[in-house]
This record gives sequence, C-alpha cells and structure tokens, in this order.
Amino acid sequence: MGITKNKEYIMSVLVYTESEQGHYKKAALEVASYAKAVADQLGTTVTAVSINVANTSTLGNYGVDKVLNISNTQLEKFSASTYANVIKQAAENESAKVIIVSSSADSKYLAPLLAVELNAGYASNVVAVPSNTSPFTVKRPAFTNKAFENIQINTEVKIIGVSNNAYGLVENSSSASAEDFAPTILESSINVESVDKATDKVTIADAEIVVSGGRGLKGPENWGMIEELAEVLGAATACSKPVSDLGWRPHAEHVGQTGKPVASNLYIAIGISGAIQHLAGINASKVKVVINTDPEAPFFKAADYGVVGDAFQVVPELIEKLKAFKSQQ
Amino acid sequence: MKILVCISHVPDTTSKINFTEDHTKFDTNGVQFVINPYDEFGLTRAMWFKEKQGASVDVVNVGGPETEPTLRKALAIGADAAIRVNTVATDAFSVAKQLANVVNNGGYDLVIAGRESIDYNGGMVPGMLAGLTNANFVNSCIGLEIDGTKATAVREIDGGKETISASLPLVIGGQKGLVEESDLRIPNMRGIMMARKKPLTVVEPIEASVETQSVSFEKPEPKGSVTLVSPDNLDELINLLHNEAKVI
Repeated sequence: MGITKNKEYIMSVLVYTESEQGHYKKAALEVASYAKAVADQLGTTVTAVSINVANTSTLGNYGVDKVLNISNTQLEKFSASTYANVIKQAAENESAKVIIVSSSADSKYLAPLLAVELNAGYASNVVAVPSNTSPFTVKRPAFTNKAFENIQINTEVKIIGVSNNAYGLVENSSSASAEDFAPTILESSINVESVDKATDKVTIADAEIVVSGGRGLKGPENWGMIEELAEVLGAATACSKPVSDLGWRPHAEHVGQTGKPVASNLYIAIGISGAIQHLAGINASKVKVVINTDPEAPFFKAADYGVVGDAFQVVPELIEKLKAFKSQQ
Repeated sequence: MKILVCISHVPDTTSKINFTEDHTKFDTNGVQFVINPYDEFGLTRAMWFKEKQGASVDVVNVGGPETEPTLRKALAIGADAAIRVNTVATDAFSVAKQLANVVNNGGYDLVIAGRESIDYNGGMVPGMLAGLTNANFVNSCIGLEIDGTKATAVREIDGGKETISASLPLVIGGQKGLVEESDLRIPNMRGIMMARKKPLTVVEPIEASVETQSVSFEKPEPKGSVTLVSPDNLDELINLLHNEAKVI
C-alpha cells in the first residue's frame, strides 16, 4: 500500500525514547527512526516522551519533531506502573493514537500496563513498518521465530513494540523542539531494593553483534577468547543453556528458548551444536556464523557462514585478523 | 495463600509449524501440545510454596475442551484444582480479561504466569492481567519469596537484575530462575491417578471485545545453505561478513 493521509491520524505518533543515566539508549533512537516512518505513512509528525535527559537534541537526528521533556527526581528509578502512567498522560496530552515503544526489558514491562490504561491493542516484537494503516496491520514473529504473524490492531489507540535491530537507525534531520512536560507522578507500590548490573558491558538486548559460547569450549576458564572476540567486535557475550546450567557462565548470558531472546545483526556461535531450543531463541538474528569441529552439528543448517574447525585455533586467529581489519577501517 | 497459575496450552518446541485455510489458521494436525515451558517454572515454584509454606494452588487456562489434557497434567504435577474458561483464546487482551474475571472471583493473593507463551510470544498477558486486577506486577521474574503479605522478587533487566519488594496481591511474569530446569516435575503414576479425581471446573467466558487479531501467517523464506569457510582462510570470513553480509 502507498502513503495514505488518514484523518484519524492527524495527531502525532508518540514514541517513548528510553534513556539510561541521562543518555538515550540505542533502542530509543531505533524506535524514533521507526516512529518517523510510521508518521510519514500517516502524514503526521513524531512526538517523543523523554524522561530525565538534559540534552534532547540527539532526537533531532532521527526524525523527532517535538520532545515532551520530563525532568523529575521521582522518576530516577524505573517503575513500570509509574512510567506507564506518565506515558499515558503524554499520550492524552497529544491525543496520540499510535504509540511506539522498544523491546527492552523495561519497555516490555510497562507496555502491557499502558495498554490497559489506554484500552489499547498492543502488538509486541514488531519487525517492520505497518503493511497497512487501515486496517492497521503489522508483522511480528510467532511460534518462537518459526513463522510470522500479520496482526490487525482494532482499537482506536494502538501500541507497537518494535523488535530490537529490526528497523535499525535511520537518520532524518528534524526540529526536535523540546517542551517541558510535568505529568502527575503516581507513587509506585513496588520498591526497587537493589540493582545488580554490569555497566561496562554491552547488553544482549542492545547488542548488534552477539558472540556466544557452548559446551564445546570445555570449561569456564576458556572464556577469555570469547570475551576478547566480543571486545574486538563491540559485541555482547552469551552462552548456550548447558553452559549456564553447568554454572560456567551467569544465567543472564543464557540465550535460547527459555533464556534471553536474541535479535542481533550478527550472531557468532562457537562450540554450540544448535539444539532446536537454542536455534528458536536466536533465529531472529539476521546473520549467523557457526564455528564447530563437528560438520554434522545442526547449527550448520541454520547458519549463513560456517567454519568447520577447532575453536581453540580458529578463534584466536580470528581475533588477530579482526584486529588487523579494524585497524584499517 | 491462594495461588493461581496460568497455563498456556502450546505446541511442543519440536513441532512442525504449518498453516491451513490460506495461511490464516495454525494447523494443529499431528501437533503435540504441552504446558508452556515458561509456565512450568511458575507451576513448580507454586508447588514449593504449597509444600513449604502452605498454599492452595489452582491452575487456569482459557481455551476449548482440547486443552483439558494440559490442565490434567498440571493437576498431576500437584495443583489442587483446575479452571477452564470455555472460549477460544484469540488475542492477549481478551485472554487477560477472561483471566481477570477468574482472579476477581477467586480472590487470589498471587498469580503466576509465564513471561510469554512459546506460540504467540506476546509477553503481554501477565502485565495486562495485573493492570486489569489492580495488582502489583513483576515481569521477567527469576526469584520469588513471600513472607505474609510481602513479596521479594528478582527481576531480570537488560544487563543484570534488580531486587524488588511489593505487597500482595501480585502478578508474576515468570521464567527460568523461579526454579531451575532440574527442579521441574514430571507427573508420576500416583499424581496422574489423583489428577483424575481433582476438580476441573469449566466456566463460561465473559464478553470481551477483540482488540487485535491474527489475519494471516507467513513462513520465513527458506534459508540458503551455509557458506563454508576453511579454517585456514579466515580472511575470507571477514571479507564475507564485511562485504557480503555487511554486518561488520
């Protein structure tokens, strides 16, 4: 379908641009890029909801026309119910009918609460711009990446959760004029007692590249080369379920069906055979590379590129070659 | 403590996924259905509350009669009673509305659902249910303790975890970590025999509008075969990733 200017949507597309310690997350810029594409389809503008970010001008590189700038110390700690209520007030302020959020842990936490507050239909993990805006139809994976589902959102207010790395960053110069916005803050009935988070590492959710190790690496003492490869590539590290079950790596690194889902641009599997549950969890990644001694490993059927070889030789050599490659870039 | 565990009836992970009626319906032919793996962790955690602290555990599913074997399996694992809301589960919002009605009628202190189901992967029912019943909500929960009316929960966040305290009533979107895979229970013969005598109540649905609907399905493009690179020629791998795949 082509571009339609639909009267129903003269109001802005609202996008929640998540931040961390005063800076926008990469996912925030990706959902802003996506919101711009949806706004173009609908013939309208993009308004961002921004919480506790001093300098909002970055959003002007990604197509945001207006920023509802919220600055409030009560919002320093994330609370799903409080944040959902703040976004609801922003949506009502703008009479927004389409609201875009990311697929971060926090956005997936608040979006269902926001859906109830606004009586909005919500589609999560959406991988493309709407194929149609009337009826409003979006595409999302189903059956743990074995298929895609086209779903129609029937409600007046619609929420779209965009899958990580599905749309990418698209630059669009825009005004991003900031306007102070002071919503009523509901006190959260949930208290965050403590946060345990590695701040110096790329998270699996944010990563464009994920380097993942399996039981083929023989023991936790051999993870140095996985971490080094990840560092060279600016990637996050991950592991297969047996590795997490054996306690070689923390549970937070476990990717696969019952672990974290991965939707990276590049997924490198080292010493992972490729059990169906593992593949289900990482299949949304765009390009997959497998390094394994066993040419019969099921992962070779799922991968785009494969190296049949011993990880203990291949990975150190790959690190050296990548360092040389990076230094020429 | 009254606990309700929400059970999704989903195709086993190894199932072939096919569609019928011009790609508009999931083809259940030959598909084996199981308890949603994410829900299984919650069910086992509920059994521990029952055994260690005293609790009643009900299980609920929104679905047709074909989902009853899955509910019986949950009873065989140790739940006390099952409820089936007799309507086809369509979208997350309407399922959450049906569940909210069950929760409001049953006066549950704690509701545990899986973070997502492995069929539609929406990840919305637990949060919507919490919103609809005005309960506290913890998503992606990897640890839960209850003391009286106070809950301490661990939530997985991007890059780590956080510890949360909240009072009951509480809805949990659970996953591995609530219990470990090795803690999951397989029904034994005694459990299966007992499950036959446990109550499975069928309740009629409330009226709920359909907010989103599946209009069609697509299978991913068939994947081309793997391009093999010799371990002696890793420059070629870098070249392919840079120039062909354009990912580095």
